[in-house]
Order: sequence, then structure tokens, then C-alpha cells
Amino acid sequence: MFDGFYNAFWFLVIGIAFVLVNLWISSLIRPADPAAEKLLPYECGEESSGTGFVRFNPRFYIIGLVFLIFDIETVFIFPWAVILKGAGAFVLVEMLIFLAILVVGLVYAWGKGDLEWIRQPTRWQPLVGLRTED
Amino acid sequence: MLVEWVAWLLRTIAETILPFIASWTWIPWYTIALLHVAGAMLGVISVLAMFLIWLERKVSAHMQDRLGPMRVGGWHGWAQSIADGIKLLLKEDIIPLAADRPVFILAPVIVFGASFMSFVVLPFSQAIIVSDLNIGILYVYGISTISVIGLIAAGWASNNKWSLLGGMRSAAQLVSYEVPVGLSLLAGIVMAGSLSTVEITLAQSGGVWHWFIWRCFPFSFMAALLLYIGALAETNRTPFDIAEAESELVAGYHTEYSGFRFSLFFLAEYANMFVSSALVVILFLGGFSGLIPVSFVPDVIAGPFWFLTKTLFLVFVMMWVRWTLPRLRVDQLMGVCWKYLIPIGLVNLAAIGLWVSLS
Repeated sequence: MFDGFYNAFWFLVIGIAFVLVNLWISSLIRPADPAAEKLLPYECGEESSGTGFVRFNPRFYIIGLVFLIFDIETVFIFPWAVILKGAGAFVLVEMLIFLAILVVGLVYAWGKGDLEWIRQPTRWQPLVGLRTED
Repeated sequence: MLVEWVAWLLRTIAETILPFIASWTWIPWYTIALLHVAGAMLGVISVLAMFLIWLERKVSAHMQDRLGPMRVGGWHGWAQSIADGIKLLLKEDIIPLAADRPVFILAPVIVFGASFMSFVVLPFSQAIIVSDLNIGILYVYGISTISVIGLIAAGWASNNKWSLLGGMRSAAQLVSYEVPVGLSLLAGIVMAGSLSTVEITLAQSGGVWHWFIWRCFPFSFMAALLLYIGALAETNRTPFDIAEAESELVAGYHTEYSGFRFSLFFLAEYANMFVSSALVVILFLGGFSGLIPVSFVPDVIAGPFWFLTKTLFLVFVMMWVRWTLPRLRVDQLMGVCWKYLIPIGLVNLAAIGLWVSLS
């Protein structure tokens, strides 16, 4: 039914129901003994200071962005992969061109230093330098 | 097929033994059977996860020249996982005061729900599959990306600096390794010509020599290896477990979770290990088909036997690797993904595409 997604939907429902039922059973048999110290964030026994919502490095954003590009590329390759068998050379060459364009993108990101965990300043210096201060 | 059989069975039992119930079928029999199958699959996953946790402890122990659980239940501590599961149900549920409560509660639901939904397309045999979606592999790939949302939610909602950093790192790792996993999946699909798990397995039936892992040697072997390494990284296993290693960020994104909420993350991790290994088995190692074309036992027994044997062997290798290799530093981890695995994956895909379209 619905191309098999009816089953997937009910699996989702049963998964969520499993979690809720088990949490309810757990609430019947577990102790509830709130104390102020228990509700503090855990920092290996140290006193915590400041909020937990700290600033984090924008490299995570860059990784997410580059992932997005490659993920969309993968999504475009999926239908091609299904029809490739027995479809001729034109289909193959077309996709190889697409992959080549994306390889250029990967090389650019790599060369600009976007794939490094610790970001170095960009190594590609301009050919015609107009740097007036160092 | 499986759900239709169960529906026929339930309806027959209901009509012969309890005819007065069989008459009020405003819920269709198909749905009732499906709920039974989902419950059974939940039972299978729980038992599987408990078995794998016990196996992990025994394997790690024997590799470290010690014994592991020996007491609970008698023979080699087989009931240790059951005892641990009950213990976790009995733990106090502490939600930090400053935590974001709705998101905190929702995060393990997302992670476990995504894991559980991936079991819909695993073919234990040609007919024993919950739903042979015609986009099976794409479905599993998409669902596994949803669990990243759960991780970020868990790290964020805990209101703990280390949980946040652990969650972001873990999400960055998972998201990066989706790309080589996707490229390897594509390599397998190119060889099969279909996204349906049953069709991919049937394309490899007829003996060991038909398996995709040797079909386009060495590229398909590299693709299988890439998928396996990506699977190790996707499930946060060593050598890629920087996000949840005990010596690094306490327990990463699930530091603040106690009791059953923690065991949901744990269950989801072992279920993900099983699903990832199952993907490698389906795409490259012949799925539920046996080693030789002839079969002396009926398919409903031989199919699950081969599928489970191959998948559990790969899960065992995951555990073996965990206790053999040292952990990668986080910058090495990202470097391996973007600078080695993705170029290799692209080359594989191109080469296998060339091979398949020229033959």
C-alpha cells in the first residue's frame, strides 16, 4: 500500500510508541529524589561557570556547507546510477563531465584551505599583488 | 509478502478461535498484521542489541586478555545485558535545570526512530522483508541522515559546554562521512541497476563468484571497503569515536542523559551498526544468497541464516577493529574523509560506471 511507505509510517509510529511506553514504565519504577546538585550541568566535578550555550567555531558551518554541495551531487547521481546499465556511452560521458565539474569544486575548497580543521590563512596569493601593508 | 502472510495467519486464527472478534474489523487486517510485524521487529532489535552489547564486552575482554562478564546468568554472563537494561530502567531520570526540556526529550526519539525505520528494507530472505521499497537504498541513506538532527538536538539541549561541542563534532563527523558512504552506495547501485534491496541481492544470486565485491575488481572491492570505513565513522566507532570517547569529552552529546534515555542512544548505536553492516552485505556480499547455487534447505531458513551470518560477522569485525586500532584525532578524521576517501570514492564511481557501461 502506498508503495510500501504505509509500512514505514507504522514503523515510525511503533518506534515512537516504544519510547513513550518504556519511559512511562520507567517512571513507575524509578526513584525521584531531586536535589539541587543533581540538576547542575556535569563538568567532571568542577563548578560550572557561564551558560552552556557557548560560541563554537564556524568551521562546523563550513563543513556543513561543503557537505551540502556533495550531498546534492550524490542525489543527482542516484537516478543516473539506476539507469546506467545498458544505456550507452553518452550517458556515461555526461555523468563523467558532471563529476569532473564537482572535482574542480573539491580541488578549489581543498586549495583554499576550507577542508582543514585548523584554518590556515589562504595559501593562494594574488598574482598581481597590490598589498600596501604587511 | 511477510505482512500478507502474517495478516492471513492472524485472520485465520481469529476466524477459527475467536469469531466474535473477527467480525469487527474496522482496522484492516493488513494494519493489524503490520503492527505485529513491527512489534516483532522491535523485539528482534532489542534482543540483537543486547546480544551485541554482551558480545562487545566479551570480545573486548578476550582481546585484552581478560574474561569479561562471567557471573550474571551462569554461562559466561549471558544475562548481563538484560540486567543492564533493567538497571537503566530503574535509574533516576535527571534532566538538568537549565536544559531545553522539549528538545532534550525529543532528541533520543529522533535518533532511535531513525534507526528503527531503517529496518523496513532489510531483506532477511526474498519474501521475508517488511516492505520492498523500490527506492530501498535511497530510503536508508536518507533516514540515516535524519539521526544527525537528533545528535545536534541532544548536544544543544543539554546546556553543557562539552555536550554541545561533542554534539557538533559528532554531527560534523557524521555529515562528512555521508559523502563517501553515498559514493560507495552509488557504486553498488551502478552494478545492480536498481535501488531495491531485494533486486540488488537477486542480481548477486547464484554463488560466491557473482557477488558484487569481485564484479569489478579492484574498484568494487575498494567501494566495499569505503562503505565499511564510512559505516565505522557513521556509527561513531573507533577509530572514529572522538565524539564519544570516554577520555575526550566525557560522553559527548549523551553526557546529561540518564536511565532509559541513555539506553535509547545505546540501542540506536548498535542498531545502526547492524544496519550499516547489513548495507555492506546487501550491496557487495550477496545479501541473503548462499555460497553455492544449490540449496538443500528451503529459502525461508537459508535466507535469514546467510544474511544474519554475514552481517553479524561484519559487526564482529567492527568490534575487532575497535579494540585493535588507536583513535584518530579530530583533524586527522576530517582529513581522511575529505582528502582521501572522497577522491577515492569518486574515482571508484567513475571506474565502475565505465566498467558497467562498457560490458
